Amino acid sequence: MLVYTAKRLVLALLVAFTISVLSFSLLFLAGDPAAAIAGETATDQEIERIRTMFGFDRPIWLQYLEWVSRAIQGDFGRSYYFGMPVTELILSRIPVTLTLAGSAMAFALVVGIPMGVIAALYPNSIIDRIALTIAVCGQALPSFWFALMLIVLFGFMIPILPPSGSDSWQHFILPTIVLGYYATPSLMRLTRTGMLEVLSADYIRTARAKGLFPRTVLFKHALRNAVIPVVSVAAVEFGFMLGGSIVIETVFALHGTGYLAWESIRRADFPTVQALILVFSLFYVVLTFVSDLLNAWLDPRIRVA
Amino acid sequence: MAVTSTTIPTMDAIVGPSPGQRLRKRVFGHRGVMIGGIILLVMVLMALFAPLIAPHDPYTQSLANRLVPPVWHETGSWTHPLGTDQLGRDYLSRVIYGVRISLFIGISVAFVSAIIGSAMGLAAGYFGGRVDLVVTFLITCRLSMPVILVALAVVALIGSSLTVVVSVLGLLLWDRFAVVMRSATMQVRALDYVASARAAGCSNARIVFSEILPNVMNPLIVVATLEIANAVLLEAALSFLGLGVQPPLPSWGLMISEGKDYLLFDPWLITIPGLMLFVLLLAINLMGDGMRDVTAPENRN
Repeated sequence: MLVYTAKRLVLALLVAFTISVLSFSLLFLAGDPAAAIAGETATDQEIERIRTMFGFDRPIWLQYLEWVSRAIQGDFGRSYYFGMPVTELILSRIPVTLTLAGSAMAFALVVGIPMGVIAALYPNSIIDRIALTIAVCGQALPSFWFALMLIVLFGFMIPILPPSGSDSWQHFILPTIVLGYYATPSLMRLTRTGMLEVLSADYIRTARAKGLFPRTVLFKHALRNAVIPVVSVAAVEFGFMLGGSIVIETVFALHGTGYLAWESIRRADFPTVQALILVFSLFYVVLTFVSDLLNAWLDPRIRVA
Repeated sequence: MAVTSTTIPTMDAIVGPSPGQRLRKRVFGHRGVMIGGIILLVMVLMALFAPLIAPHDPYTQSLANRLVPPVWHETGSWTHPLGTDQLGRDYLSRVIYGVRISLFIGISVAFVSAIIGSAMGLAAGYFGGRVDLVVTFLITCRLSMPVILVALAVVALIGSSLTVVVSVLGLLLWDRFAVVMRSATMQVRALDYVASARAAGCSNARIVFSEILPNVMNPLIVVATLEIANAVLLEAALSFLGLGVQPPLPSWGLMISEGKDYLLFDPWLITIPGLMLFVLLLAINLMGDGMRDVTAPENRN
């Protein structure tokens, strides 16, 4: 287990390093950051002044080293637009995004796992087909459009929920449904496949033959084993949800990191954008690292491979 | 002398249907593939013959006819079956021309990313060892970066246009191709005909292109189909956020974005392009999922 953990850790660190290089150099690959900050009407002299002011005239590797060594200490520089430290800015916005992603994940698990179990218990029944239809439709539903439809329906036609903002818990209901619905199909399908596989295993037949309650067999023997892959996929889905939060938070005007990302991109606020790309990616790296370890702990065969 | 007649079984009855016939039977017997295929065919025809079908020019503005409601409304008329938008442009024509953008972006992005991803997957699966390590590492890095955020940032920096959106998405969406092609290549590589090709002295390039590639085509086509849907969805989201295709192009995502200021009183402005997106994505996904069932029935659950 220790060797496996060490291997995974080295890999995670390497990935983190590569991403830090990528998210930093993205700005320079894509064009001239000084010109982008100065705007379209700026003269060459103004652009030159901005270049020296922000230090863009120095070699890229030097700028990277400076940026990354500060970033490790939690200093991402100052936001051009807000004029405050980027770290502070992100920290003030992150609770909203984590609340949203967390409740969306809970929603997806609460809907997806029972649906997957029922679909596996009665394969090809009406319930299975409905579950499959929901899954297929979920993949095809553009999240921002679904969000707008819910806003029209529950914000205005049947006004029971606030259409936008992030002041109270009611504001999180619609975004949670939209973001959660997106992750539900994959969790449901995984539960269904896992359950179908486990239910045909010998130890389930043995448990049934022993005369255990069907409930006990289902929950204690079958589901426990079937949800192992779901746990690791859920961790990865959580990472994707942070990315998806950009669209959802923009539609619902939830002031989280996703909304911050959109604002900063539109305002060419580079330090914030760089920091957000790195933070979002690191979230994913940490989540996959944890889920790898969790999997290895649950299933000892993985550790050897 | 009595002659007993015996029926001579035909060759067909002995051998049964050919693999091609059996595949065709599975394709035509699969409901998902058929429904998805028919919808997709209609969409492709709409895109190809847009100038002939569309009743008006999708770009002609008419300030006198702004926000005319669709025909099923009391005040609607057949002149503009789906009404007009905030600039008085015929909505039906814009919706029809919108298929072109979605399909163009979907197919070209899938094409670009298929080339990148397949090359990486084939190399990793065929050579294994260090090549595989590097490719797997690249896939992990790519998966860690949130597509939407990176795409938004890059598009904002370079300036948004159709070409930029296609190249950025194409450079980002290769991960699934690489993953699937890698494992498919690993499976095929272990088969006897690859070993015999190698024994016959074939070069690596020849083995990869004439022995392995044809035999990993099925999963490649399935992934390509599903990636088209993914690209269509992402383009719509980027355009909706104002950093994809630029006005006045009739991209469905952009139309939803332009219509969202009127969502209270003229909800059809966002309902119609959204429904079109939904139907198109549903059709592509049904095709993709169905083709996976048809080409690899053993993987069906």
